[in-house]
Amino acid sequence: MAPHPISEPVVKKDHDLKMSGRALYAADHYPEGLLFAAALRSPHARARILKVTPPELPPGHIYADHRDIPGPNEIPIVNCDTPVLAVDAVQYVGEPILVMAGPDERAVRKLLSRVRVDYEVLEPELDVKTAGTTYCDYNFGRGDVDKAMAEADKTYDEEFETFYQEQAYIEPQGLVVRWEEGKIIARGSMQCPYYVHEALVHAFALPEDKVRVVQDVTGGGFGGKEDFPSNLACLAALCAMKAGGRPVGLFLGRAEDMECSTKRHPSVSRYRAAVKNGRLTALDIDVVFNAGAYTTLTGVVLLRGVASCVGVYKVDNLRVRGRGVKTNTVPCGAYRGFGAPQTVFAVEMFMGHIAGDLGLDPLDFKIAHLAAQGDLTSTSGRYHHPVPLPAMIEDAVKNSGYREKRELCKRQDGRLRRGVGLSLWFHGAGFAGTGERDFIKARVRLVKSADGRVEALASNTDIGQGLKTTFAKIVAHELGIPLDRVTACSPDTDRCPNSGPTVASRSIMTVGELFRRAAVKLREGWADGVEQVFEDDYVQPDYIIPYDYDRCRGDAYATYSWAACVVELEVDLLTGVHRVLGVWGCFDAGTPVDRTILTGQMEGGLLQGIGYSSMEQMKYDRAGRIRNKTFSDYLIPTAMDVPLIKVTLHVEKFPEGPYGAKGAGELPLPGVPAAYLSALEQAMGGIPVRHAPFSAEETLAAVMEAGK
Amino acid sequence: MTYSPPPIVPAGMTPPAEPLMTPPAAPPAASPGPPAPLEFVLNGESAVYAGRGDARLLDVLRDVFRLTSVKCGCREGECGACAVIFNDRLVNSCLVPAGMVALGSVTTLEGFRETERFAVLDRAYARFSAVQCGFCIPGMVLASEALLRRNPRPSPAEIREGLSGNLCRCTGYNAIVEAVTLASKEGEGLW
Ligand code: FES
Ligand code: FES
Repeated sequence: MAPHPISEPVVKKDHDLKMSGRALYAADHYPEGLLFAAALRSPHARARILKVTPPELPPGHIYADHRDIPGPNEIPIVNCDTPVLAVDAVQYVGEPILVMAGPDERAVRKLLSRVRVDYEVLEPELDVKTAGTTYCDYNFGRGDVDKAMAEADKTYDEEFETFYQEQAYIEPQGLVVRWEEGKIIARGSMQCPYYVHEALVHAFALPEDKVRVVQDVTGGGFGGKEDFPSNLACLAALCAMKAGGRPVGLFLGRAEDMECSTKRHPSVSRYRAAVKNGRLTALDIDVVFNAGAYTTLTGVVLLRGVASCVGVYKVDNLRVRGRGVKTNTVPCGAYRGFGAPQTVFAVEMFMGHIAGDLGLDPLDFKIAHLAAQGDLTSTSGRYHHPVPLPAMIEDAVKNSGYREKRELCKRQDGRLRRGVGLSLWFHGAGFAGTGERDFIKARVRLVKSADGRVEALASNTDIGQGLKTTFAKIVAHELGIPLDRVTACSPDTDRCPNSGPTVASRSIMTVGELFRRAAVKLREGWADGVEQVFEDDYVQPDYIIPYDYDRCRGDAYATYSWAACVVELEVDLLTGVHRVLGVWGCFDAGTPVDRTILTGQMEGGLLQGIGYSSMEQMKYDRAGRIRNKTFSDYLIPTAMDVPLIKVTLHVEKFPEGPYGAKGAGELPLPGVPAAYLSALEQAMGGIPVRHAPFSAEETLAAVMEAGK
Repeated sequence: MTYSPPPIVPAGMTPPAEPLMTPPAAPPAASPGPPAPLEFVLNGESAVYAGRGDARLLDVLRDVFRLTSVKCGCREGECGACAVIFNDRLVNSCLVPAGMVALGSVTTLEGFRETERFAVLDRAYARFSAVQCGFCIPGMVLASEALLRRNPRPSPAEIREGLSGNLCRCTGYNAIVEAVTLASKEGEGLW
């Protein structure tokens, strides 16, 4: 099949601005009279605040605490339990208590250090296994798991654990807020301007038209700038309220950003399986996500976690329980993959371990259980569209030499040992359940000027993934006009319709399709010499099996993107150090709207997955503190860490996406740790790995313990 | 991989004869009294800076000269977003005290973008869509320039080594490595 013409790469719309250093990010504007704000944050994981004694305020400085908040002291993020500022208790290390601003950032920080807070320190809840508060609890399944377990030839029972992952966008979070004639204007680094808008409207008790949020050029997000900018915007707006019209900037330093902003949920998953006649007959899965102190996005992150927990396999008897529990730690949130990486890691490792026990190569055992079109998903929805995994596996296996290498690695000795691992996964494309129809109700607008130029207006942000280019490509292609006549806006809530948040790999698939349909209307109604406006709204495809949120039943996703990945690495048994030799990924995100952009997304996500496999270590200590919060002790991959990343694209068109495109951004990450760590298992001579990331130190310890 | 070395001189490699970066500066000393204005060359033109000598060059370039291509990603010499070229060497400007550049020459992307060599890199980066969020890019482009000046025909491994002091979270580096490879070919004779 010939590639679709829209997949032809172009020079990205924002290339010139960014390449030349002219693009202005949140901290680059230097508005007249800028004040700098910073928050005083809790040093304790759990404490009562007995008394706050601020120092005397020098002239030109601003102090604000919860008493200054005009509306409810709440940040709406699904629920409203996150306070803007602590009132009489703190729930995690880093929780903001008050905020100050002044013309010199260092002076403000010095002033903050002179605030005296008397705490009554309490015992924090830090262990998910004993945590007393459950924020969400999902239970679902089908068939008869107990019967299958009783009748099994053999049963398996393992526990898997994953830890934090920090988004580590290179631009730290930051924004600038000012009040102008009773209206808040906030601009900054963010993924979801309408989330920030909603938060400001809520906490400042303002009508919607009295808040304007504009996205600046944003230096990466990966989920980390989904909900967290709402917190920062409220803090800056509180100071701005008292600043007499002067703009107030709030820019996080790297350490504050790493310590206090959201990250990937740590998880503990217990997997039990029944096998009869060499076939998997039942899975019994219990997943616990560590939510941190407030609910934030945990409910939706966990939903994706449990929807992905059986991986790409078919299983008739299934029982799933998923819980999000509260601990006195930083609230977790969105990070590329959004709950799936945790359970995909568990199920892929588990399948590999069962295969090993049965004397099979993991790949053969996995292939024997692959789901196919029409089969039931974990939530008993359907895979409505073809499942192209067999062809993709062939591709990944051939490119990487998986089978030969796997064979070769069985016989090796000496200090350096190699291993090769493979994993398979899907990414449920777009928003979960009927969220698009019931909550998001996305709308886009095309404005054609009299001279025939077209502007595409939506609230989806280009955070590096290329939306300014890909949206414009879709519209230009559909209209049959040159790409330079179409521009995609930088979201501004005063002029862009709400097309929903930039999350869940939904922008191209869902919003891009709305643009395509709006462009069809414009093409059909095109009139020269006049301004024209066309809009389009989301309509749910009718094949969808409605998702029942209470019973966790139905189509969790409209369709699925697919991935197969192979990692080859070498381990030094004397030091435990891993060296990645190559990563091969085959991805199906439907029709690429731009082949080069899509490939870049896949490569970037693969490398983040490599980081999550081993080097990106972040945990909290017994006092609930995150100790490593800089790039010198939270290491992310450099250009040298993986010498070879090879991406191939498979195209299984999605009939409801623009030209067949479907969700892409999150696709490359979730299964990488399983491929990496099963390669590590092989290199270590079969020592099982049950947590991710898995460090060099742990490798050394495991090897020594096993006496290899 | 947990033992990944500091990005300046990756382990297992012999350090290049000439260090790519200046060693981290000592923490700023106590206030040195009213500073004498300091002259240096900034993007090819003479410049005068009258502030404190212990200020970070990063802050001086951004706050005083408003050269906002110089980005701040960490302020501790780890990310390379603040990289500039100082006397022909790539340095992380967040670790350079402003006083150190007296009588020297500093090039930021604002200056480098006027060169023919930039135009070659520009086309190559564009060709591979090597710019995603763009925040690492000013540093990355200057690192590419510094590398090509030292080694006009680097192998992919040498490119990876040469750019290893600049973190990029978006691209996975492939596109950037390909872009530098292409630039080194297309820019034959320029470096
Ligand atoms: S800001 Fe200088 S190296 Fe990160
Ligand atoms: S392009 Fe985003 S950090 Fe490099």
